[in-house]
This record gives sequence, C-alpha cells and structure tokens, in this order.
Amino acid sequence: MGFWEIFGVWLAALLTLGIISFLYRDNAFYKACEAIFVGISAGYWAITYFWDNLYRKFYLQVSDPAGTEKYVPWIGFVLGILMLTRLFKKIGWLSRWPLAFIIGATAGLYMMTYFVSNAMVQISASILPVFEGSFGDIITNLLVSGGTFCGLVYFFFSKEHKGVFGGAARVGIWVLMLTFGASFGYTVMSRMSLMLGRLDFLFGDWLKLIK
Amino acid sequence: MRREIPLAITFIVGVSYIIAYFIPREPFSNFENWFNDWYAIVASFAIWLGALNLMKMSSLKIIRGKADVFHSVLIIISFLLILGIGFYEGFRGINATPSFSFRDPGTGFDWLYVNIYTPLSATMFALLAFFVASASYRAFRARNFEATLLLLAGFFVMLGRVPVGDLVTGWLPPEYQLSQWANWIMNVLNTAGQRAIMIGIALGLVSTSLRIILGLERAYLGGD
Amino acid sequence: MKRTELIVYFLIVAFLLAAYFFFPKPLNFSAAVSIIIVIIMALAFILVFVRTIQGHFIGRRMVFVFVGVALLLPFFMQFKLPLQISPEVRSAYDALVNLPPGSRVLASYDYDPPSAPELQPMADAFIKYCFDHDLKVIIMGLWPQGPQQANLSIEAAFRENPPLRNNIKYGVDYVNLGFQSGNEFVILRMGESFKAMFPTDLYNTPYDSIPLLKNIRNYSNVDMSFNFSAGRPGAVEWVQVAVDRYGLRIASCNTAVQAPQVYPYLESGQLLGLLGGMSGAAEFEDLTGKAGKASTYILSQSFAHVVVILFIIIGNVAFFREKRTKVD
Repeated sequence: MGFWEIFGVWLAALLTLGIISFLYRDNAFYKACEAIFVGISAGYWAITYFWDNLYRKFYLQVSDPAGTEKYVPWIGFVLGILMLTRLFKKIGWLSRWPLAFIIGATAGLYMMTYFVSNAMVQISASILPVFEGSFGDIITNLLVSGGTFCGLVYFFFSKEHKGVFGGAARVGIWVLMLTFGASFGYTVMSRMSLMLGRLDFLFGDWLKLIK
Repeated sequence: MRREIPLAITFIVGVSYIIAYFIPREPFSNFENWFNDWYAIVASFAIWLGALNLMKMSSLKIIRGKADVFHSVLIIISFLLILGIGFYEGFRGINATPSFSFRDPGTGFDWLYVNIYTPLSATMFALLAFFVASASYRAFRARNFEATLLLLAGFFVMLGRVPVGDLVTGWLPPEYQLSQWANWIMNVLNTAGQRAIMIGIALGLVSTSLRIILGLERAYLGGD
Repeated sequence: MKRTELIVYFLIVAFLLAAYFFFPKPLNFSAAVSIIIVIIMALAFILVFVRTIQGHFIGRRMVFVFVGVALLLPFFMQFKLPLQISPEVRSAYDALVNLPPGSRVLASYDYDPPSAPELQPMADAFIKYCFDHDLKVIIMGLWPQGPQQANLSIEAAFRENPPLRNNIKYGVDYVNLGFQSGNEFVILRMGESFKAMFPTDLYNTPYDSIPLLKNIRNYSNVDMSFNFSAGRPGAVEWVQVAVDRYGLRIASCNTAVQAPQVYPYLESGQLLGLLGGMSGAAEFEDLTGKAGKASTYILSQSFAHVVVILFIIIGNVAFFREKRTKVD
C-alpha cells in the first residue's frame, strides 16, 4: 500500500472514531468532524452536479454543432440563474419563477403517477377472491382485502368511529400496528447493518483483525 | 405581478404534464421533454444555491465573530478543498487522452470521497444503531393491546429475518418456523397496512397537487 | 476533563494500538471461546435483568457497550447458520437467471455510503453474476454517489476474478452512464430517450460511440432492470414511472428501512422481486453463489437482534412488575 492509501485509511479511521465519540458525550472532536462533514458534503454535491449536469447535460448539448434543439436548454439555464437570485434580498423575488416551475412540474407529474401506481393499481390488487381457492388462500385474501379496507376506514375522519364503522376502524388500527411493528423490526435491522459496515472498516480495513 | 407570474408558470407546467400523460404525442410530448430537461438543469442550480448559502452563512459567522467561528472556518476550508480538487480533476479529465472522470479511482476527488466523505456520512447514520437499542430498552412498553401487537410483529420480524429465528424454532415443521411467520407477516399483514397508507396518501396528494396547480395553495411562494 | 474520562480515553487508545501492533491477524475465536463469550453475554443479561426489575435501569452507555459487543464479536467467530431463502428474493433471482446470455440489464445505483453495508453486497453479487453469465449491464445513478458505488462493485468483481479484467470490456459488456439530477423526471425522460438524459457516459464518450448502447433507445430495448435503492429517488419512483407507464420489468433491492413500504408493489405484480436489507443481501449471495460481506455480517446481525429483543423484554418485565406493585 502506498503512503496516500495508508494515510487515507488512518484518516478515515480517525474521523470514524471522532463521530463515534459522540456516544460517550458531545465533544470538540465530534463537533470538528461534523463541521468537516458539512463542508465536504456540500462541496461533493456541488462538484458532481456541476460536472454531471451543467457540463455533460447542458454545456455539451448547447455546444454540439450537430445538435438539434440547441437553444431549448438555455431557458432551463436562465431559470437556474434566477434561482441563485435568492441569495440577494433585493432581487430574491425572481427565484419564485424557477420555484414555481419545479412545483408545477412536480405537482403535475405526481398527480398522475401517485393516482395510478399508488391508488388505482393498489386498489385493484386488493380486490381478491374470497370464495375460491384453498382455505389458506381464502384466509390470506380476506386478511389482505379486509385489512386494507379497515385501514382505510380508520383514516376516514369525516364520520364518527361508532358502531360497525367504529369496529372496522378498530380492526384497521390493529392492522396498522402490525404494519408498524414489521417496519420497526426492519428499521432495527437497517440501523444495525449501518454500524456493521463501520465496524468492518475499523477492525478489518484499519486494524486488519477481520479477514 | 410578483405572485401572478409564478402562479401562471405553475398552472401551465402542471397542466402540460397532465395532458402529456393522456396525449403522449407532439406537441405535448415535446413540452414534457423540454420541461424534464429544464428540471435537471434547475435542480443543479438549486444545489449550488444551497452550497453558496452555506458559504454565505459561515462567512457571516466568521466576520461577526460568533461563537462557532472555528467550525465555520472548518466548513469553508473543507468545502473549498473538495471544490478545488473536483474542478482540477474534472478539467484534467476532459482534456486527457483518453479522457477520465473526475471521480475515477486514483483521482484526488475519489480519495476525498473514500477517506473523508464516506467514513463521516456512514458513521453519522451508523450511530442510530445504538440509539434504537437504548430507546427500545427505555421507552418501548406494551401499555395496551395495540402496542403489544406492534411489539409482537416486531419480534417475529426481527427474529424471523435472521438465521437465529429458525435455529430457535428448528424443532417445528418447516412451514411453521419463524422465517415463514416473518414472510407471512410481511407479505400479508404488512402489505395490507402499507397499502391502506399508500392509497390514503395518494388520494391526499392528488387533491393537494390539484390545489397547487389551480393556484389555491400558495404557501410555496412565501411572503411578499 | 475528568480523571475517569481520561482513563477511559487512554484505555481505548491503548486497546486500539495493541490491536494494531500485537493482535494476531486475522483474529479468529475457536468454537470453545465463542461459546464462552455467548455464556458471558447471557450472564451479563441476567445481571441487567435483575438490576432492572429492582428498579435500577442501566445507563445508556452500558446499553451501547452491549450493542457494540454483540455487533463486533461475531466477526471473529466461526459459526455459520443456515439461511432460509424468502420467496421475494427467489423471484428476483429467478427473473435474473431466466435472462439468456447477451441480455441487457439496466442497473440503477440509487444509494450513498451510509446505505452501502446493506446494498453494496447485493450490488457486488449482481455484477459478479452478470459478468459471469454474459449479461450486459447499463449502469446509471439517480443519486450522485451511485456511479462511484457502481465502480466499487466492478472493482470487487475484478479483484475476486482477475481474468475478468481482460475478458470484460468497458463499452461492450458494461457501461457507466453516470448520474443525472431530476429524480423521477430523469426516469420519465429516459422513457422517451436514454440519450436525451445521458448524452455522454461518465467519461464524456458520446452516447452513439458506445457499442453497447447502439440499439438502445429507451426502456423497450432493455430486458430487465435491477434497482439498488436507499430512499428517494428510488424504487417507488421507478415503479411509478418506468413500470406503470413504460412497462419496464424491475427487481428492487432496498434498504431494510424502505423494504416494508415496497411490499405492496411486489404483491400487486409491479415488481419482479425484492431484496430487503441485510437478510435479503445474504440470501441473494447464497443463491448466486457469490458469498460476500452480507454472509459474514448476518451472524452479527442475529446477535444484535437478540440483544435488542432481550432489552425490550427486560424493560417490559420491569414495567409490568412496577405496575403490579403500584396496584397492590
């Protein structure tokens, strides 16, 4: 391993230990690592967006002599420049234009994609046969269809949760609690995995105790 | 005009996307393609806005001699370091023969990514492992029936998704072991609950999107 | 700084230096030592249980020590526990296996270093499988760090099997298109034309000059997609735009936090398969025969889950005991 590689591993280990020191208590070492992270992170995103988007997507397109629609990206560029006016109080109101563009585009796209993928397809997939198939299939289908329906009933707050409606809402809460429990279990798995990666680096790549 | 023009832009762009969904032909497909390209460019500038704003705030803290001067100095130094190396490697890469990417293994930018950015960002999130255990020990109580259901589902999934679950229930027939219970909970109960949440959010999102496009929702414009 | 804190810092530094200079490398515990460690941990838990039901909750730092030990020590143990393959992982694997040689697979790397412990093993196993079975891989990323994580997968494949470095050609067998901003708008634009969103690859080579991309205009020219997703943009956006609008066939690889939210898409047939979290990664490695980090981590994962469950049980026993004492 060359000097820069060894130095890099030791630096990474030092920074990792600096962040982990927060587990004991907040300290100057942790705060310094946090500040470095903020600066490096902002710079990383700025550079990747510059080269991957502004250079590759915009500059190469408008400077290509054989390209068609060379002038269209300039409108996006102008909108982008208007975005930067937010830094200046006097002309900051101009940044509303690109913001309105982003909001309009997002609203327009989301309206259709969420309605189709998250509502229509899911409702269609929840309508399952409950009078045919094996006993296990019937129970499963009843739980999926019924559970989805009761969950939706729980979220309907325009009617008081009383009587049969209230009973369905109650079943809905139970289904949702089971869902959240499953999510909690997976969340624990995810968090532990993140720490495993760091321990593997410290005791494997740095201290070389793990093969 | 400071509010009317943005509202008009939101309306035109939003409606264009909706029409293009149903009529994916010219000229609506052209509008959609142009807007997609512009979105990518505007998003790049939005990131630069954030980065420059961070530099502005940090610089002001240093100039005004606020409490966090040392940390603001660190932020600016690290930002300028990676910016400088990123631009240098980028220009070097596009002018080299054959050209290489600024993030290729062996470049200074990649070194910073592997040895500074990766350990810091990964470890920040990794700390949550400890806090989730500590919080569970102190606060996770089966106070009522619903909380007990949550707890039990969590137990089944946590044990069922790792080999220990089947080790503990190895004496049972294969279809009744913990891993099968975890599969069943995820594919049946979790799907039902997540679907209910998904459908609810989708319907809410559709109505909110419509309100935004029609200009009834103007919070994103801020004050005058 | 207090004296006890100084002593703790000194002991930690001394331990790390001793580990670096004096510990045998690699460190392996024999079966007997591993069992002794498990017994000691069990005894420690009994002590925690007794203290807790007496009303003395142990400090959060002690909980951190238990979690740290549970995560770390299994790295040095030689236990191997059998793994059950879940149906959603098998569906994803079957979809990949059913592709004939020469098929084109779009791989979207939508994650960053914090999620790498879960997703990198999946990505590594996927790339190794593709290279071994002549599947052509088109790499892209909706997260800026994605293309760099993809490079790590490729390097891992070449390191494990050095002849691949000569046999697998960039531009012919795989290509890295890099990152583009725009989230779901990138996916939408690609439905019309890949070239419009990626006029060049990561190395600024024009799209039309790359042999692999010669006949690839949009999703209709791709046989399947594997998406490695840590959040937004990711699996959800790919399903909403690429699957439902353009009919792309996708298998999704998610972090454990996101996986429960993606199950409805699996059950409705919008996804071919789903790899969720570390367990999904270990199962996929097992199926593809490419044992990697996930297979090593799964033992530590098991210990950590047991520790969390025991802490929850201990806390609840103390809670019910206290409740009963108050009622009495």
